[in-house]
Amino acid sequence: MRFLSIYKTAERSVPPSQEEMAKMGKLVEEGMKAGFLLAVEGCLPSALGARVRLSNGKLTVTDGPFTESKEVVGGLAILQANSKEEAIEMAKQFLVQAGDGECELRQLFEAGQNTQASMTANP
Amino acid sequence: MTATDAHREIDAVWRIESPRLIASLARIVRDVGVAEDLAQDALVAALEQWPQAGIPDKPGAWLMATAKHGAIDLLRRRALLERKHEELGREVEAQQELAAQDLDAAIDDNIGDDLLRLMFTACHPALSTEARVALTLRLLGGLTTQEIARAFLVAEPTIAQRIVRAKRTLAEAHVPFEVPRGAELAARLSSVLEVVYLIFNEGYTATAGDDWMRPALCEDALRLGRILAELLPTEGEVHGLVALMEIQASRSRARVGPSGEPVLLLDQNRAHWDQLLIRRGLAALERARRLTGDALGPYALQAAIAACHARACTAAETDWARIVAFYDALVRLSPSPIVELNRAVAVAMAFGPAAGLELVDGLTAEPSLRGYHLLPSVRGDFLFKLGRFSEAQAEFRRAASLTHNARERELLLSRARACVGGSTPPQP
Repeated sequence: MRFLSIYKTAERSVPPSQEEMAKMGKLVEEGMKAGFLLAVEGCLPSALGARVRLSNGKLTVTDGPFTESKEVVGGLAILQANSKEEAIEMAKQFLVQAGDGECELRQLFEAGQNTQASMTANP
Repeated sequence: MTATDAHREIDAVWRIESPRLIASLARIVRDVGVAEDLAQDALVAALEQWPQAGIPDKPGAWLMATAKHGAIDLLRRRALLERKHEELGREVEAQQELAAQDLDAAIDDNIGDDLLRLMFTACHPALSTEARVALTLRLLGGLTTQEIARAFLVAEPTIAQRIVRAKRTLAEAHVPFEVPRGAELAARLSSVLEVVYLIFNEGYTATAGDDWMRPALCEDALRLGRILAELLPTEGEVHGLVALMEIQASRSRARVGPSGEPVLLLDQNRAHWDQLLIRRGLAALERARRLTGDALGPYALQAAIAACHARACTAAETDWARIVAFYDALVRLSPSPIVELNRAVAVAMAFGPAAGLELVDGLTAEPSLRGYHLLPSVRGDFLFKLGRFSEAQAEFRRAASLTHNARERELLLSRARACVGGSTPPQP
C-alpha cells in the first residue's frame, strides 16, 4: 500500500538553520534506510506559492504567503506500508524527531494487485 | 482504544521494530534463535501492557529495554548454571555493561551493523535456500509464520518447522554473528541477494486471485533490498538488484489484461508503468554504475536492460542495439541458455530476424531448453518474419504443445494458423 503523508507545520519567518537542515536530512536518510520512503519533497515558503480555485465557474488566484493559516504544507512523502497502522507508526517516528506539526496520511489509489499467470518469461 | 485496534497498532510497530530489535539482541546473546525468543517475550509484554497504558512514543526503545532485561536474566541464569568463575566474571561485566548503556544510543550506534549481521546470518550457506528465505522473511521482514506460509502456498507447520530447524542448524554449526570480510563477503553477499530476488520473483509470479500476501512479497523484497543498499552503499550489485526490482515492479499494473491474461512487455500500455518506481530504479542503476564503471555485475546488467525499456516511451523507440550490448556482457558474465535466447530476441529486433535465427539455431541442441516452449516460439517468430511460413508453422505448433498455459497455447496456435497464407496474426 502507498500513503501520501502531507506534512503541515507553522510557517517560519526565517529560513531553516544549518542544524535544522541537517536534522531533516538525517530524518530523510533514516526513512531511506528503513526502505519504506518512496519519495520525499520539501516546500519553499508559501510566499513563493499560490492558491488557484475554481468556484461557481469563476477562477481566483491568491498569491502566498498564506498567513491566515496557522500551519502550511511543509512537505510531502510517499510511504510504502503494509497497513494504515504502519504508516501511522512511520509518521509518528518522523514527527517525534521533526517537532510540532501534523502529518495527514492519505492512502493512495492503486489499480488492483494485478498479477499474472505464470509465464516463464516475465514481461 | 479497542483491543483489536491496539493489536493492529502493535502488529504495525512489530513489523517495523522487530528486525532492529532481534539484530541488537543477537549481538548481545550471539544466537539468533535466543534473540528472537527474547524479542517475542518483549512483544508479549507489550501486548499485555500497551492496550491499557497506550503505545509509547518510542515503542522501539520500550521493546529494547524490556528485551534487554530478559537478556540480562538469561545471562545471569547461564552464569549460575555453568558455575565457572571466569564465566561469572564475564557475565557480571556484561550485565554491568547492559545496565550502564544509554539504551537509545545503543539502538542507534550499532543498528546498521547488527542488521547486516542478521541478514548475513539468516542467509548463511549452511541453510537450504528455502530455510534462508523463511528465516529472512521472519527475522528481517517481520512476517509471522502464517504470513510466510500463505505467501508461499505452503502449510504453516511446514514453515514453522523449517524455521526451527534453521535456527538449530545455525546454533549447532556455531555460525558466528558477523558480517563476512574481504573475499568471503562477495560470495556471501551473492547468497543474500539471491534470497532477496527469490522472494521478489515469488511475488512477481503470483496470479490474480492469489492471496494478497503473495504479490506483497515484491514489496517485502524491495524493502529488504533498499535497506541493504543503505547498509552496503559501496556494493554495486546491491544497487543493481534494487534497480532491477524497482523497474520490474514498475510494470505491475500493465502486465495483466482486463480478463487476467498476461500482456507481453512490448504490448503493455506504458502509461500504466509506475514512473516513481522507474525513477527510483534508474537512480539505483546510476549508483551501481558510479561504483563499478562499465564493469556492471549480472543484476546491474539485467537492470540496465530493463532500464532501456523503461526509458522508451513506446515500444518502437526501444534502443535495441544498446540492449544487445548489455546482453553480450551478461552472456559473458553469467552465461545461460535462457540469457542466450533473450539475447537472440534482442539481436533480431536490432539487426533483423536472420541474425536472430542464426543465434537461436545454435541453441536448439541445448538440453536445458528441451521442453521450453519459448525456444520454438521465438524460432517460429523469426522464420515467420523471414517468410519461411511452413517452417514457422511447425515451430508454433511445437511451442503450443510444450506450454502448460491455456492462453499462451491459444496465442501460439493462432500464430500457427496465420502462417497459412502468410497473413499477419491478430495482435493479442
